[in-house]
Amino acid sequence: MSTQPGATPDLDTGTATVLGGRRREALHFALRNRKLLGGGAVVLVFLLAAVVGPWFSSGDPLEYVGPPGAGPSGEYWFGTTTFGQDVLAQFLHGLRATFFVGAVAALIAGVLGMVIGFTAGYRGGWVDEVLTMITNVVLVLPVLAVLMIIAAYLQVRNVEVQAVIIGLFSWPWVARAVRAQTFSLRAREFVDLARLSGAPVRRIVFREIAPNMASYLFMVFILLFGGSVLFAATLDFIGLGPTDGISLGLMLNHAKQWSAMNLGMWWWFVPPGLGITAIVGSLYIMNVGLDEVFNPKLRET
Amino acid sequence: MLDVDDLRVYYRTLRGDVQALDGVSFSVADKEIMGLVGESGSGKTTLGKSLIRLDGRMRHVGGTVTLDGAELPIGDDARMSGFRFTDVSIVPQYAMSAMNPTRRIGTMVKELVTARGIRFADVRPELDRRLALVGLDRDVLDRYPIELSGGMKQRMVMVISTLLNPKLLIADEVTSALDVSTQRAVALALAGFRDHDLVHAMIVITHDVSLVYQIADTILVMYAGKLAEKAPTDVIVERPLHPYTRALIAALPEVGVQYGGKRLTGIPGGPPALRPAPAGCRFRDRCPLAFDRCAEQPPFVEVEPGHSVACWRAS
Amino acid sequence: MLRLDGVSKTYRVGALARREVRAVRDVSFELRPGEVVSLIGESGSGKSTIGRMILRLTRATSGTITFDGTDLTTLRRGSLKEYYRAAQGVFQDPFSTFNPVFKADRVLTMIRQAYFPATGDVEWRGRVDDALSAVSLNPDLVLDKYPHQLSGGQLQRLLIARALLLDIRLLVADEVISMLDASTRIDVLNLLADLKERGLAVLFITHDLSLGNYLADRTVILRRGSVVECGTTSAVFGDPVHPYTRTLLASVPRLGVRWSDEDLDPGPCRYHALHPGGGPPLAEVGDDHLVACFAGNDERECV
Repeated sequence: MSTQPGATPDLDTGTATVLGGRRREALHFALRNRKLLGGGAVVLVFLLAAVVGPWFSSGDPLEYVGPPGAGPSGEYWFGTTTFGQDVLAQFLHGLRATFFVGAVAALIAGVLGMVIGFTAGYRGGWVDEVLTMITNVVLVLPVLAVLMIIAAYLQVRNVEVQAVIIGLFSWPWVARAVRAQTFSLRAREFVDLARLSGAPVRRIVFREIAPNMASYLFMVFILLFGGSVLFAATLDFIGLGPTDGISLGLMLNHAKQWSAMNLGMWWWFVPPGLGITAIVGSLYIMNVGLDEVFNPKLRET
Repeated sequence: MLDVDDLRVYYRTLRGDVQALDGVSFSVADKEIMGLVGESGSGKTTLGKSLIRLDGRMRHVGGTVTLDGAELPIGDDARMSGFRFTDVSIVPQYAMSAMNPTRRIGTMVKELVTARGIRFADVRPELDRRLALVGLDRDVLDRYPIELSGGMKQRMVMVISTLLNPKLLIADEVTSALDVSTQRAVALALAGFRDHDLVHAMIVITHDVSLVYQIADTILVMYAGKLAEKAPTDVIVERPLHPYTRALIAALPEVGVQYGGKRLTGIPGGPPALRPAPAGCRFRDRCPLAFDRCAEQPPFVEVEPGHSVACWRAS
Repeated sequence: MLRLDGVSKTYRVGALARREVRAVRDVSFELRPGEVVSLIGESGSGKSTIGRMILRLTRATSGTITFDGTDLTTLRRGSLKEYYRAAQGVFQDPFSTFNPVFKADRVLTMIRQAYFPATGDVEWRGRVDDALSAVSLNPDLVLDKYPHQLSGGQLQRLLIARALLLDIRLLVADEVISMLDASTRIDVLNLLADLKERGLAVLFITHDLSLGNYLADRTVILRRGSVVECGTTSAVFGDPVHPYTRTLLASVPRLGVRWSDEDLDPGPCRYHALHPGGGPPLAEVGDDHLVACFAGNDERECV
């Protein structure tokens, strides 16, 4: 064995044992992690705005309510569009749609990817071969082209449909990564020990293997969330978004369509652009923080 | 010859320095193979690394290392690189990872010597001779590392490390990952380098006393960053003075010994934390002979010619 | 109690080539209650595969493994769980045997969940304390700690304590001390010796001949998946017959005896002296002392 005194286990860490209970302990460290708290705060502010905001703004965000093309003012904080629509109202409603698409798509893709990845990785053999084949087929589908076709055939598109479609096409890389990790974790001796403890397969997967990927699964969800938000924005921007309602991507699409940039109407496109960037960026920083919280080794150095 | 005087190397950590190597003094004579024995955390690997390359977390706090009259600038990585291979060389524990898997072994050796300003053709005859010495075929040079077994790789790295006839060779746990029969071949090959005068002095670091017993002239026992005892091999094994050395040897099962006949005993407790190290003798808490005076650090003194020990009970 | 009969394990490697690797070939031996058998072999000898097959973590390709007369391949969920109540394993690397994200004592809690769900907190705590004291661990020092806060020796003993919570009769110890320091490994060995005195059968898998010899009543020497020599430890170590066993013994570094170039010539094949025309895989050269053909499973004639 190699010998590095710096690498020998420390027996004098008393802080971890005070609270007792793993979840409370994770919380203990989570509440002291600046990256997690900072990122979380930003996301929470946007989330609150998305949930509460629309109640306070006037009814339909697409309604023509004010003077056309006015800059930010006391009455219209974010200004108005070329048609006199309230940008703030659009932004708040758009945020709501954005969070909805992100959450639903990430949930669908995450669950699909994990179930397929865990099954393929733990079972191995022909089950693995079949599932891997399906995964690879979906992975190489030109998603954008398929979505364009679907979008073209669906007469009425709304945010829900968009979320489900994005979710159904985003899972393959999750499945592949989860499968690979399950494969290597399955060969670890603690899995053998769990089998020797009479634990059923379901328990081994969810209580032994999955916790070792906890930070990774969080990352997956967060990346899926961010990815779906961006993807939805892309679709909206190129005109394949919801046919009714408003989203941050649609705002950008409208702004571009009516030459907001050329006309110097920055208040029209900056809020949605900044909103998307801030949400996706904060999610990423949260993810780094979560990694520190869930990895006892990272947190003690 | 190698002279180490009051060497101190600490590990930097966020919660203070780990006093991994604390005031170590010894010398290795020409043609001497010194076995450096200790358990995990004893500082034996730190000592080995200190003599050739400190890693990023290690800090040279004090003391000097003199090799054949010249002081090694061990705290200065850039100046040290002039000494590596030519004066001091190391065979690391995992020779497998020391070799680039995408290069043929011959190409790798060529690049290595060319980088030192030596023409490959000049060393080629010597290289072939040394391969024969460790029992490797010449055609290993045309192969990739992955095609070699663990023992072959280990011997190949030994040949590479000693190609420029370093004055001092450090072998760090070179046999611990090998099978019994390969272990013997590798250990004997190490001794062969000394016998053919290819290296002046050698330090063989291991946790296995019975292995260095086979090839070493002297054995140095370390405990918790301090020297415990140094003596000629037979003296250490037959008449150890330090209680730690005695316990270590008593804990070794031998072929032919069964627990029914002779029940061996381990050493209760574990080594102390070195951040910071406790005052006094570091073995005190586990020592059966400890008494009041052990609160004071015993000096490492020579009790008979060639036999030094750091214990109040022994001196 | 445990009996291996002509057990083989073949792995298929390579996605297209489908090359076969025979990790274990036709291995038979027996383990009786209260007996320690050392399974000694170098890397690639198949020794760990045999341990995994006995614990049913891997299935044998052919041959049968029986425990108290029951073929292990017939065990299904419930009966497999009952088998694990009687047979447990401890592995080489204590740090990878513990799930790094949980506290070390969870290995004990898992036993409670699976086997003693009805046991009350106080009674369970008493059992844990008993098991820990049997392996000389102080509960205050090891409970409620993460694996990386404990030493290798503590973790290995915790794993043995875990096995003791069940009414085990068989312990498969796969290289349990090879990663421990000399001063602590002997304590783990002595602990296994104490368990043997309590009637536990131990399969002690190791590459280290001196460690295998310290505990074992009987010894099995493996080479490339097959048994080359087996019998009582005193016979195998005192009078090694097979050339491979002799080479191994001559290569072990021993304190007090230096390596010598003594002649290892084993003489003519003792197996073929007894079975000139072939026969069972092993020939009986002495009382409870069996040896394979000197050529082993190499594709050559023995001399």
